[in-house]
Amino acid sequence: MSTTAQAQTPADERVKEISAFRKALIRPELGGICGTIIVFAFFLLFAHDSGMFNSQGVINWSVVSAQFTIIAVGACLLMIAGEFDLSVGSMIGFAGMMIAIFSATMDWPVWLAIITTFALCISLGALNGFIVIRTGLPSFIVTLAFLFILRGFTIYFPQLIERKTIIGGIKDISANDWLAPVFGGKILTGFFQWLGEIGAIATFERGNLAGKPVVDGIPMLIVWAIALVIFGHVLLTKTRFGNWIFASGGDAQAARYVGVPVNRVKILMFMFTAFCATVFATCQVMEFGSAGADRGLLKEFEAIIAVVIGGALLTGGYGSVIGAALGALIFGVVQQGLFFAGVESSLFRVFLGVLLLMAVILNTYIRRMITGER
Amino acid sequence: MADPIIRMVDIEKHFGSVIALAGVTLEVFSGECHCLLGDNGAGKSTFIKTMSGVHKPTAGEIFFEGKIMNFVNPRDAINAGIATVYQDLAMIPLMSVSRNFFMGNEPLKRIAGISFFDHQFANRVTMEEMRKMGINLRGPDQAVGTLSGGERQTVAISRAVYFGAKVLILDEPTSALGVRQTANVLATIDKVRKQGIAVVFITHNVRHAMAVGDRFTVLNRGKTLGTAERGKITPEELQDLMAGGQEMVELEGSLGGTV
Ligand SMILES: Nc1ncnc2c1ncn2[C@@H]1O[C@H](COP(=O)(O)OP(=O)(O)OP(=O)(O)O)[C@@H](O)[C@H]1O
Ligand SMILES: [Mg+2]
Repeated sequence: MSTTAQAQTPADERVKEISAFRKALIRPELGGICGTIIVFAFFLLFAHDSGMFNSQGVINWSVVSAQFTIIAVGACLLMIAGEFDLSVGSMIGFAGMMIAIFSATMDWPVWLAIITTFALCISLGALNGFIVIRTGLPSFIVTLAFLFILRGFTIYFPQLIERKTIIGGIKDISANDWLAPVFGGKILTGFFQWLGEIGAIATFERGNLAGKPVVDGIPMLIVWAIALVIFGHVLLTKTRFGNWIFASGGDAQAARYVGVPVNRVKILMFMFTAFCATVFATCQVMEFGSAGADRGLLKEFEAIIAVVIGGALLTGGYGSVIGAALGALIFGVVQQGLFFAGVESSLFRVFLGVLLLMAVILNTYIRRMITGER
Repeated sequence: MADPIIRMVDIEKHFGSVIALAGVTLEVFSGECHCLLGDNGAGKSTFIKTMSGVHKPTAGEIFFEGKIMNFVNPRDAINAGIATVYQDLAMIPLMSVSRNFFMGNEPLKRIAGISFFDHQFANRVTMEEMRKMGINLRGPDQAVGTLSGGERQTVAISRAVYFGAKVLILDEPTSALGVRQTANVLATIDKVRKQGIAVVFITHNVRHAMAVGDRFTVLNRGKTLGTAERGKITPEELQDLMAGGQEMVELEGSLGGTV
């Protein structure tokens, strides 16, 4: 571009110059970034010698954060598209139970049970979306109905078939399955073995695991979380479809007028949320080797809280996947950190409530600055 | 003059028992600004929504460039070259100007076989087009919510023009604007018309219509009394037609000619 004075339009005297620093600071994730820094500073200060920051401790809160992250990514994209899914928690319970019933009770191969469950749950997500679009009812109500319906089935089926609410024995039958390790396995085991040998991380000293590193790999759950965050972030910010997600949630009617397929976008986001819930459930079932009727309880709210801490607007059209992931990280670190610090677990809720409030106030302030909202 | 670019013949639109349009005929030519005037509830918005594919007319025919058209949805009309700027629904305030500008028409670039939104291109074009219209953006990522009403209208208009609109429909673009902003939007309309685009300009305000209009059609209770050309009708006559003649004359008397 030319730098001569007359080649440029005169600067508007009513537009204040904004420093690059301020510009870099004013972003939707700022609340999440601040929260993360505060939380880590807090625990480094008060719980640094509790084992929270040795290799086992890190894996511990990473796994919990990854669980929150997986469902937060789905909830985040759906919320930006202008909808809620309150059936996420029930979907987690339902998906886990279906895998258990298909594989343990009906003796299907585990891979078939997993694939069938994914197809079933994603269809249920599509049904959620379809009902919302067709009836024009708030997704809040429609998915609230599914919260009860799915939970009901999750308790009813195992009682009907096996007369109990927990189905186990999945560890054994999934041992030689090709798909199960994608959800329940670990990666970089060789690397961690080597770390143990050179003494970078601690090894077990006694028992049948003696000589093995205390952390023997990165659970696939964490890999899924990272992959979903990258996928969600790229989809939202770098693709045409991402623009449609923002537009559908920002103002569905305006989006329709310029030809954005709003209904398709919303239904796909419901399906993606269901997909995320099923990933969560599958990882959990493969790790525990069992499915319980009460799994996933209240997860929908935890996902929504993580997303809101991450700077998303509850009414849609605004938000960030990275922010949601930071929200999930905060969530996981606080929950496990207070445990490590030996703080009464009920205080977790107090801390979380305060954090939620602070993050939301900061986010609202930032968003107003960015969007000129009044 | 050449053939009209769009010809609406005997358009009727009923909403249940409400007859919003009772047979409206109208022709629009390229390069003209055709003003559609009428009182509240006269059916102006309904009429242009049949033109832009939002409503399907109950009866009547739409000819576009001489061919009969059946628009099923707004997308069809947009693809044909009919762009509409709705007064309140033009833009999404939470989104950036450049994201809004390319909404529904996102430029793509392929990297490793995957299509990505070409933000660089979008940002550059947005800044250029806005500068042409005389709007200084802080940056392409500035949210539309931080723009004034008139600036938003201008963004929407230049977006339509950029994407090759042959017919540009503006539904009351000036009704919520102050004097200066109105002048800006009217100047934009003038620029667009000079590029050979047909403009359909809906307004309540006879002075705004007179400022840029080439021809004037007045809608009254779902009907039209025909089209008048510039110079062959006075603002007072237009005002009377809009109000349905008689009552306005009486009103004007009691208000001392200030309406
Ligand atoms: N979707 C709808 N359903 C039922 N009636 C409608 C609908 N849309 C418009 N109408 C009716 O049709 C008539 C014409 O409305 P329209 O919006 O076209 O008026 P307008 O000329 O644009 O008025 P304004 O100047 O206030 O914008 C009104 O009586 C309105 O109530
Ligand atoms: Mg109207």
